[in-house]
Amino acid sequence: MSDPILRVSGLRCSIAGQQVVEDVSFEVPPVGITAVLGRNGAGKTSTLRGIMGLSARRGEIVLAGQRIDALPTHRVVQRGVGYVPEDREVFGTLSVAENLALAERQAQPRREFVAELFPDLVKRKDQAAGSLSGGQQQMVSLARALLNDNRILLVDEPTKGLAPQIVDDVADALAEASKTVPVLLVEQNLDVVRRLAAGAVVISSGRVVHTGDAAEILDDEALTQRLLGVHASGEAA
Amino acid sequence: MSAVVLTLITGVGLGALYFLVASGLSLIYGLMHVLNFAHGAFLSLAAFIGWQTAQALGVSSWWALLASIGVGALVGAAFAVFTELVLIRPLYERHIEQVLVTVGLALAAVALFEGIWGSDPLTVAGPPWLKQTTVVLGAHIPNIYWLLILAAALVLGALVLFLKKTRYGMIIRAGVENRAMVTALGIDVRRAFTLVFAIGGAAAGIGGVLAMHYMTFVSAHLGQTLLIFAFIVTVVGGLGSLAGAAIASVLVAVLQQFANFYLGGTGDFIVVIMLAAVLLLRPRGLLGRKA
Repeated sequence: MSDPILRVSGLRCSIAGQQVVEDVSFEVPPVGITAVLGRNGAGKTSTLRGIMGLSARRGEIVLAGQRIDALPTHRVVQRGVGYVPEDREVFGTLSVAENLALAERQAQPRREFVAELFPDLVKRKDQAAGSLSGGQQQMVSLARALLNDNRILLVDEPTKGLAPQIVDDVADALAEASKTVPVLLVEQNLDVVRRLAAGAVVISSGRVVHTGDAAEILDDEALTQRLLGVHASGEAA
Repeated sequence: MSAVVLTLITGVGLGALYFLVASGLSLIYGLMHVLNFAHGAFLSLAAFIGWQTAQALGVSSWWALLASIGVGALVGAAFAVFTELVLIRPLYERHIEQVLVTVGLALAAVALFEGIWGSDPLTVAGPPWLKQTTVVLGAHIPNIYWLLILAAALVLGALVLFLKKTRYGMIIRAGVENRAMVTALGIDVRRAFTLVFAIGGAAAGIGGVLAMHYMTFVSAHLGQTLLIFAFIVTVVGGLGSLAGAAIASVLVAVLQQFANFYLGGTGDFIVVIMLAAVLLLRPRGLLGRKA
């Protein structure tokens, strides 16, 4: 079995002095999509933010064999961690082209790949990102991360609040992206998880309570209901 | 009619001076969330060094004036960069401490300047044209106001070009919106912090030399006097908004001039009432972002 691309051990995160991630440990394989699942407020987003260095954190984070837990956020990204935040966080007053240009870190950014994946963004390159629809903003957010040759992508709830058709488009884009880079995906939409993810890490109250094959978890009605508080169909219990 | 024209144009000129000071304050707060009370010290030091430059080159020549403006900009930028690197950066995200250290620097700078240049105002002459007037619709407009308006327009234009056309300008605009997300794109935003301080210091330096010619003297308290109005302009325009600072500068100064002329010298009082009204009715200012 190949070495994990990302290994998180004993991660603890706090926001404004309050502990939001208690003790999280997991590994992400070097290919495919690994889902981070859990109820609302379980600590999924905080775990991603902790890995990125966007909140105070302790513990060990190893990327491709090198520790990154002491690095500031911009250095974590420069080591090859792409980040797609919850709620898109596009720069609303900047144009689409400017949002993308800001994200370019390498001499030869993957503009053609991004243009093929999101042709709509090419048409709207001069439009202010704040005036785009939620789905289009999500495309900008994903495109920013895909412009560079990252070692891993951390993607936080990319389908949140999107119409069903747009959810499919975002899932298609993630599936395409995952052919070139491993993805750690926080996602509440279990249909999307079932379609995309190979492995899954389940977090509850800031701790990892289960790891395993994503399909196995979702196929087990009782386990899904106990861990996630929803039926495997995605409906709240 | 001529009184209205005079009041209007002198108001715009005074607004231009406020903008030169407020533009840096607004950008610094917008990107770094630092209320820089030492900004007036940048202005005062630039004015003193500009005065020294003018004395050395010949007080009434245009070259001396241009050189003193250039030197003032450089001195303001250098002092601002020093302040950011040595005093602000170690206190990153500790906003109360940052306010205290900038207040302390402002007080210490006044004492230092009085120690070097004395507590009496130093008068400055400048090119004779500055003391003459130009007639517009019957109103005799002192020429210093045209210089203030021209300088502010050039600084505004340069800032807009920089913010729109350069990568660092883009980083600053993005950082004003969402600093954490800029770092999450792999950008070391601290370089932008230093750059914004340098730009703000340079604009304040230009403002300092021109304020000296506007008031015809320089003293250790020059910067603090203008800083109060610059803060008002920054709040009214919306913290972090360059366009807001430009609009508010003119609005505040024109209102101040009209109140001084038509309401018995109540300009400062009216401006404070305007500030209170904005804080109560539109706390984010004219063009500031929603919290």
